[in-house]
Amino acid sequence: MSEQILKAIEPQPNPNVPPLRPGDVVSVHVKIKEGNRERVQEFKGTVLFTKNAGAGSTFTVRRIASNGIGVERTFLTYSPRIEKVVVERHSKVRRARLFYLRNRTGKSARLKQRF
Amino acid sequence: MLKGLIGKKIGMTQIFDENGVAIPVTVIEAGPCYVTQVRTPENDGYSAVQLGFEEVKPKRLTGGELGHLKRNNLPPLRFLREFRVKNPEVKEGDKVTVECFAVGERVDVVGTSKGKGFQGGVKRYHFRGGPKTHGQSDRHRAPGSRSSGTTPGRVYKGSRGPGHMGNDRVTAQGLKVVLVDTERNLIGVKGSVPGAKGGLVVIKEARKQ
Repeated sequence: MSEQILKAIEPQPNPNVPPLRPGDVVSVHVKIKEGNRERVQEFKGTVLFTKNAGAGSTFTVRRIASNGIGVERTFLTYSPRIEKVVVERHSKVRRARLFYLRNRTGKSARLKQRF
Repeated sequence: MLKGLIGKKIGMTQIFDENGVAIPVTVIEAGPCYVTQVRTPENDGYSAVQLGFEEVKPKRLTGGELGHLKRNNLPPLRFLREFRVKNPEVKEGDKVTVECFAVGERVDVVGTSKGKGFQGGVKRYHFRGGPKTHGQSDRHRAPGSRSSGTTPGRVYKGSRGPGHMGNDRVTAQGLKVVLVDTERNLIGVKGSVPGAKGGLVVIKEARKQ
């Protein structure tokens, strides 16, 4: 009963976020407010894992920044700030959470494409 | 003005504000409450409003309770609580709903915290416990000394130690109202509220504005 009441209050899922799977290479377009101006920032990388928890769902994207440093960013899946998420390719992965990618660099950090 | 409601904690979730920032919200099903009695300085020596919440079958109440409610032709109500207000501006028999609170206001929420049972000093009062190494055995979560020695030769009353924890009346002060749903009688406050889901909570105007 109380769960139903909560469901009615919770925000609707952001329609611009498609279902994501670990290993997907995505580019996330996030709206960012700078003073009065609003612009869109792109964050491109690999989905490490998703957390499906209703309104608190998140997904974490990892990318290698220009200086070779790994950057991870966690987005709220329901957030209205996400303008769109483009899935560029799927990867063949055998885990739900790709923590092992954090310890890999270069060639060994590649994932095989899944069509 | 009377600003108070009795409600039931529904649970927590999160919503997004106009900037897209996620806010943690506790949803409370509050009211509709009925004014069951208005206490006046002339009659009672102080001014307050007694509210009733949650209709139940008549057989759940005692005859005295039913008679008290019948005076104002009110349905049988499970919970009665008093709110101290100077100028209530309500009459007996009135209905009070979530409309008495607006989004952006600050409120205090009173609830009964979850019972933890008999707990040691480490959990109950954040005692540090004993050393984890250097040959200690069975001293890791011990309370240590509670008092002085021969003088005074006893433990002062009220000193902290293991005991029953939780199941206390707790007030969460200054919570911001972020959601008012008049249709479903819901009110949402930012942050957490004492008690378990389904627990009785009392919402009042914030004491510290």
